Amino acid sequence: MSVASTTLTIEEFLARHESTELLRFTTAGSVDDGKSTLIGRLLYDSKSVYEDQMQSVKDSRINRSSGAIDFSLLTDGLRAEREQGITIDVAYRYFSTPRRKFIIADTPGHEQYTRNMATGASTAHMAIILIDARKGMLPQSRRHTFISWLLGIPHLAVAVNKMDLVDFSRDVFDRISGEFHEFAGKLGFRGVTLIPISALDGDNVVSRSERTPWYEGPALLEHLETAPIASGQNFDDFRLPVQYVIRPDLHFRGFAGQIASGLLRPGDAVMALPSGRTSHVKTISTYDGELLMSRFRHNRFVSPSRTKSMFPGGDAVHPDHIPHASRRLEATVWMSQQPLEPGRPYILKHTTHQVSAIVTGLRYRVDVNTLHEAATAARTERDRRRIARDHQAPARTPTGATAPRVVSSWWIRSLTPPSAPV
Amino acid sequence: MHSLSHLRALEAESIHILREVAAEFQKPVMLYSIGKDSSVMVRLAQKAFHPGRIPFPLLHIDTTYKFGEMIEFRDSFVRSIGADLIVHTNKQAIADGANPFQLGTSKCCGLLKTRALLDGLEAGGFDAAFGGARRDEEKSRAKERIYSFRDKFGQWDPKNQRPELWNVYNGRLDKGESIRVFPLSNWTELDVWHYIHLENIPVVPLYFAKPRQMVIRGGALIPLEHDMRLLPGEKPETVLCRMRSLGCTYCTGAIRSEADTLPKIIEELIGFRRSERENRVIDHDQEGSMEIKKREGYF
Ligand SMILES: Nc1nc2c(ncn2[C@@H]2O[C@H](COP(=O)(O)OP(=O)(O)O)[C@@H](O)[C@H]2O)c(=O)[nH]1
Repeated sequence: MSVASTTLTIEEFLARHESTELLRFTTAGSVDDGKSTLIGRLLYDSKSVYEDQMQSVKDSRINRSSGAIDFSLLTDGLRAEREQGITIDVAYRYFSTPRRKFIIADTPGHEQYTRNMATGASTAHMAIILIDARKGMLPQSRRHTFISWLLGIPHLAVAVNKMDLVDFSRDVFDRISGEFHEFAGKLGFRGVTLIPISALDGDNVVSRSERTPWYEGPALLEHLETAPIASGQNFDDFRLPVQYVIRPDLHFRGFAGQIASGLLRPGDAVMALPSGRTSHVKTISTYDGELLMSRFRHNRFVSPSRTKSMFPGGDAVHPDHIPHASRRLEATVWMSQQPLEPGRPYILKHTTHQVSAIVTGLRYRVDVNTLHEAATAARTERDRRRIARDHQAPARTPTGATAPRVVSSWWIRSLTPPSAPV
Repeated sequence: MHSLSHLRALEAESIHILREVAAEFQKPVMLYSIGKDSSVMVRLAQKAFHPGRIPFPLLHIDTTYKFGEMIEFRDSFVRSIGADLIVHTNKQAIADGANPFQLGTSKCCGLLKTRALLDGLEAGGFDAAFGGARRDEEKSRAKERIYSFRDKFGQWDPKNQRPELWNVYNGRLDKGESIRVFPLSNWTELDVWHYIHLENIPVVPLYFAKPRQMVIRGGALIPLEHDMRLLPGEKPETVLCRMRSLGCTYCTGAIRSEADTLPKIIEELIGFRRSERENRVIDHDQEGSMEIKKREGYF
């Protein structure tokens, strides 16, 4: 919180802080690539570490680093983990600079904890993938990159760490960079940036290092402060998944939810799905007063004049921009633990709505190391599968920026009608 | 291009969680601890269900060792917003003489907070309970999911948490199991104060600095309430101080402070280099003590 500069009064600070944006990012990498050290360093250098926390790190009997302070201890949480020296679950960290507020999801590197990694990564705007410069890309780097894409994270930063151990060699960096682009290029992230760093010494972490004169890109923190957050929003297709219906009295019926895409104004026509009935928005009311317009990510109450046909789990949409509805869909899913069984009923959670669904067939599976798609009937962990829903309600396929959805314990990257290629 | 400011983004996330739980569970309840985080959580619930009432009751676990000012605030605040309040106390333990002075803080907390909480939840048949915990408070909290699954005994298993993707939460339960829900997970202490300031949310006056009677013990400032016994050589002192977090009087250390307004509190916080729970005696009983308590069923 370096914001507390003496030149700002508290009122000025509050006014400025009120408009800062929030960037969520996640860090992933193999065990010992230096993730905890990097996060510890970001927290420490941005002055987000409290004295007593720092003291307990200094007092700790454990120091696995070669420096005076083991920064990784600032982030390693649970007891069992401390004993084993690895991060097992997701840990969230917070820091801010005058430009942005950050939430870090520090996720486990070990393969067996990949579902925790996915949990932490799912809400991120950006993923930082750590690569040990001496080792280059490992299966875990590919796996984490693939999962980041599967989860829909738009931006990727690759921190090539421990550059101090390879003499800040440009060749090493370029080789890893080439290899990485070749792999990630097939996936289609919105942005991929590689940065040579030393988490231990701080090179290119908060400010640019003199030891990498050949590197012209931003330091990691600079990149975090400037990467776009709001890109890719859809302002055309109004979608309001209804979470809750509010009826304080007989005269008011409000539909509460978060606008997933598009804009809404009083008087707009809205159609309730799945019923298909249309009505008009009477007011957009909030605790803070009525609104003339509401948009992406705002939580709003819509009070349509007539319709009684909306219920939690349904959607409100604009009648001229109706989403495609289907009872069958194809999805790329990633599964934890148990294999996905065709023919078996699953629960599909879709906004606030749950339906049962049946997998009708598996089309192919993706090898995360090569991204090859092999036609298969085999049940392995990461497959592209076909799902048909066994329910009265038609599946509403989002064409806009709606969040991806969950299927029981496995996850879908995108819902598309079966005809369209994924 | 349009994006929300960080506070509005946090607010939107919390409201989404509150509604999701209200829509999905049979009988949710909101743990109301009277502190600043609870104040924010209640305001978010008012927003989530406006213009309707908050569709679940508030539950206060009263250890009877709270500050008098907290109880006064609780009653008037809850009345002013028209919410339903349930107060639960482990009367048996109190009758048996449980108190922090003789039992020690960790045992006392186990009986008057954890046990009382589990009993209170069971008595109400609640299948989901909101708590105001934030991930920035303490390391083990930082690992908790938004929907934190609890087994039949109300216990948390940090090693075996459910996956939780995007804003899609898994609330499926078997009989006897429950979920603790943390809508403020991603808020920091600074966010909470900033929001209170922005939204004009009422909080307990104990958060504001004024001269108070204190005992200085082990470097901590402990309020003189509830028959706090003085050790040999100790004498009460009047100290200009405030509470940074509120719990039972004995376990809530005060901090020396002149911050008697919200902006001053925030200013103090920005300059702060010590973490919030440091003044709370309970976390220090044993290294990793919060995690142990949480496994046993504590919030
Ligand atoms: N030389 C060097 N060592 C590093 C660097 N970053 C981390 N390390 C060391 O690598 C080891 C593993 O780091 P840690 O942060 O615990 O890795 P994690 O398992 O990815 O969280 C520790 O001994 C660190 O001190 C670096 O940039 N340079």
